[in-house]
Amino acid sequence: MISYSLEAQQLNKSFGRRLIFNDLNIKFDKPGVYGISGPNGSGKSTLVKIIAGILSASKGKIIHLLDGKTIAEENLHNHIGFVSPYLVLYEEFSTLENFKIFADIRGIEFNKERVDYLLNKFLLYKRKDDLLKTYSSGMKQRMKFIFALMHLPQLIILDEPTSNLDEEGKNSVYEIVREESKTNIIIVASNEKNDLELCSEIILLEKYKN
Amino acid sequence: MNSKSYSLFLKDLKSELRTRYAINALAMFIIVAISVILFSVGQEKISPGLTGGLFWVVIFFTAMSGLSRAFVSEEERGTTLALQLVASPTTVFSGKLIFNIILVFAMNTVIAVLYSALFEEFVIRNFLLFLTSFVFGNIGLAISSTIIAAIIAKAGAKGTLYPVLSFPILLPLILASVQLTLFAIDGISFESAKFELAIVVSYDVIMLTASYMLFDFIWKE
Amino acid sequence: MVWKIFLFLLLAFVSVAGISFPIVENPTKWYEFPLIPGLEENAKIIFFHVPTAWLTVIAFLMSTLYSFKYLRKKDPDDDLKSYASAQLGMIFCILATITGSVWAKFAWGSFWNWDPRETSIFALLLIYGAWFALRSSIESEEKRATLSAVYSMIAFLTVPFFIFIMPRIMTGLHPGSADDSNAGPVVDFKMNGNMLLIFFLSLIGFTILYFWMWRVGYKSILLKDKLDKQLIRG
Repeated sequence: MISYSLEAQQLNKSFGRRLIFNDLNIKFDKPGVYGISGPNGSGKSTLVKIIAGILSASKGKIIHLLDGKTIAEENLHNHIGFVSPYLVLYEEFSTLENFKIFADIRGIEFNKERVDYLLNKFLLYKRKDDLLKTYSSGMKQRMKFIFALMHLPQLIILDEPTSNLDEEGKNSVYEIVREESKTNIIIVASNEKNDLELCSEIILLEKYKN
Repeated sequence: MNSKSYSLFLKDLKSELRTRYAINALAMFIIVAISVILFSVGQEKISPGLTGGLFWVVIFFTAMSGLSRAFVSEEERGTTLALQLVASPTTVFSGKLIFNIILVFAMNTVIAVLYSALFEEFVIRNFLLFLTSFVFGNIGLAISSTIIAAIIAKAGAKGTLYPVLSFPILLPLILASVQLTLFAIDGISFESAKFELAIVVSYDVIMLTASYMLFDFIWKE
Repeated sequence: MVWKIFLFLLLAFVSVAGISFPIVENPTKWYEFPLIPGLEENAKIIFFHVPTAWLTVIAFLMSTLYSFKYLRKKDPDDDLKSYASAQLGMIFCILATITGSVWAKFAWGSFWNWDPRETSIFALLLIYGAWFALRSSIESEEKRATLSAVYSMIAFLTVPFFIFIMPRIMTGLHPGSADDSNAGPVVDFKMNGNMLLIFFLSLIGFTILYFWMWRVGYKSILLKDKLDKQLIRG
């Protein structure tokens, strides 16, 4: 059993002179679902991007521990799965090609069983050889989950996971979140009531505005 | 790290072959640039020295028309985030650099061949010197254009600013390369071109090191 | 306040002295300048041309230094300081180009000769022209600061190449160039005591002026930022 934990220490982020949040301390060391909530423009996406290492914080730091050791920055991306409305995959390739390309660029083995399982789960198996530009926005959203989960990450970050999804899609997401949360840490950034009901702990960003 | 950047390069190559975003533009640009020179020269006899200079003019403007694609296309389509999620900055920069080096070599070879076929005055007397300076000049051109392309893509200014930002950075390289091409046309020996060659090689090394160090700042917003 | 009056007096003296002191063949009085063959009355522009060129270099060095500091600490103030200094650098760069060009017309016969130093200042104009164009194309403060700082680092690295490659391609006309036939820099040999004194007073005066203008420029950008924000909020 691999143990992964995440800690943020005195995190502060400002864009220019505009403060987004200040003195944010979190510690997630047990598998489960954790929520981040706040009104539009409160910095939910900014925070999850900082946690994922895509954006740098103005002050403070994030520590990712795997079996007691900090994960090196240049390998961090292989331990994280990320879904966001801003995520766009390569439209000139088919779903399967996309996944193969991403596995190659990550430098990991393409896990066919895992991808097939996820394709079935998100009802995309039949369309796996179609170019992405022929997909509807809901299908693209479901595909992002496969992109985020195919490399078996220890930290799964879901930014507004259920936008663009129909009931069926939402249920697939909730099902997989429950399944993954048994072994991994999942962070959900959302304002949807249904999304937040999954969470065992919720961070309200308005509290960190000064 | 190498196989990862190579995979990224392969992805760009496949994507390029499907979309033909850069290749078509580059090919057309080469034809346009060379014919503009041909028309303006007309029946006039031009000196070999001038052809050497014009050769680099064509190379510069052709590079400016296509090399920003490496990063601009990712930014335009919004796939930058996906790339940030699957690769470290070093991998991304290496992958894009390999792609641009290949592109620069392909495009400049075509230019050189067309150019020597169309301009009688463009005769290289010291071919080995020309080849050496061509190789190091191309590498330098690819490195600087790749890092400037990364800046342009993030600035959201796209096409128009690219030559403006690249020109001052490429100027010392172009000056030295023009000089070396003139030497090669005049058939001057390696020994007397040592200084310019050293400049081009150290330009490549310094720009490469600086690009890797600075790319993190550009890529990580 | 005292030092502002001092600066005013200093620059006033330098301007008056630099323009009005006569140039004579054999200076005997304290206010007379010596005649330098080949330069004659043109020599007087040295009191204004050299300090502007000197400040161009200082201003751009400071700007690069603060860009570097910004990349290390990400303090928005450093970016503003870099910007304020580059603005001044640009002004002095244009002044140095104009004064130099006027001087070149009378000393070398044409306004522009592509001498290594002329080419250097032209390259500098290009770099900072590009730098300002880059800055104005970016909306977000943070992005603008980071990207322009990265660009000035890269541009800064090209400077040594210019210094090495240029003398190989073009011949130098400025005093002190490798192939200068005037037998050595003007400053060392041909100026007499009072000319040197005014020259250095001018350098010092302009340098103080630069640091003062830099501070004023920085503060005004800061205030403008604040005002913009209040207008948006209120």
